[in-house]
Amino acid sequence: MSDEDEIILADLDDEELVQQMFDDLYDGLREEIEEGVNILIARGWIPYDVLTKALVGGMTIVGADFRDGILFVPEVLLAANAMKGGMAILKPLLAETGAPRVGKMVIGTVKGDIHDIGKNLVSMMMEGAGFEVVDLGINNSVEAYLEAMETEGPDILGMSALLTTTMPYMKVVIDTMIEQGIRDDYIVLVGGAPLNEEFGKAIGADAYCRDAAVAVETAKEWVGRKHNNAKA
Amino acid sequence: MKPPSDCDLTETGLPLAPQTGRILLIACGALAREILDLKEANGWSHLDLTCLPAKLHLYPEKITQEVRAAVIKHRDAYDDIFVVYADCGTGGLLAAECEKLGVQMVAGPHCYSFFEGNDRFAAISEDEFTAFYLTDFLVRQFDAFIMKPMGLDRHPELRDMYFGNYKKLVYQAQTDDPALTAKAQTCAETLGLAFERRFTGYGDLETTLRTL
Repeated sequence: MSDEDEIILADLDDEELVQQMFDDLYDGLREEIEEGVNILIARGWIPYDVLTKALVGGMTIVGADFRDGILFVPEVLLAANAMKGGMAILKPLLAETGAPRVGKMVIGTVKGDIHDIGKNLVSMMMEGAGFEVVDLGINNSVEAYLEAMETEGPDILGMSALLTTTMPYMKVVIDTMIEQGIRDDYIVLVGGAPLNEEFGKAIGADAYCRDAAVAVETAKEWVGRKHNNAKA
Repeated sequence: MKPPSDCDLTETGLPLAPQTGRILLIACGALAREILDLKEANGWSHLDLTCLPAKLHLYPEKITQEVRAAVIKHRDAYDDIFVVYADCGTGGLLAAECEKLGVQMVAGPHCYSFFEGNDRFAAISEDEFTAFYLTDFLVRQFDAFIMKPMGLDRHPELRDMYFGNYKKLVYQAQTDDPALTAKAQTCAETLGLAFERRFTGYGDLETTLRTL
């Protein structure tokens, strides 16, 4: 692109800027996203609106195109990296200004598994959707999950695995929760490339989520149901 | 016979030659050279071979349906069919389909496991889950299976997002080939991982095919 064609983000009006941020997220341009976030904040946007309207809006398009086979993992990672840059600016501001909290999730990759790309995407999209996320990282034992559930008191437990050899560990965690009589205190969502709906059912999870967007929708639905049941 | 090219094995697989055997092996293209070597070394003329494109591993959800189609296509022409895939990321769906079709397959989660020997792999996996494995085929096709599909050729900055949690690259050598070992070492450097070469030979692949 020549200098003449270069888009000056600060010259765009709000609507054009958000549209441009969608494009920049799609193209994984972290610096541009950070600049866009700063511009919107400087214009008086509340941080929650920047998050949901500009960043999550853009990532939703990325997620849809990934699901439809138009985008692939590298492009999604670049987009996620760009969103991460924007989130880093917004997080402290969200903490100051407050934002609706939809629910809380403890999430981690299971024991023996170090793959965290999908889990990190889910964490990010859940945060973007207003969930508080406690990310336990990789290689989590049943004890680590149980301890986090006790100390954090989440609505949701999320477990991730990329390997056929590690995904059965999810059942170990769920069975232990049943033994301890705490299984029904939590919504259990599972995900990872080799998993499928049948596996999720067979191990006693509440739902299998095939991607980050589905995880967010499923989490919202289940948390809504849980709250409704609590009120009833 | 000229060995099939790795690019062809990745992209299109190995077509079935005129039938001579009574058992058909339907294999992953990543195993073609190894199976042909074993056939030649052991005189297993009762085994014919056809391979599906190795690149199916980039879309494991497609493996089951492709194997199923191949079994159905060839089953009438052979006494028996053996599927030379392990679970390979299908989450048990391939095993379930093979059972439905009445054909056997290789035991284990993936080729890294059966080359190492499934029992041994299971035993060491608890201490070695931070290892990234490459076989002879994958070293030769490193660009096609790692660099390009992961976008590392275009975006090397993604490397640590993919490999940041790994500690070492284990090259499971099926053959003694200094040039391949040197390339495997370069692969490890590219991914920022320590390097270990481990000679496995054909492991459980050989012992499994021997029983047919």
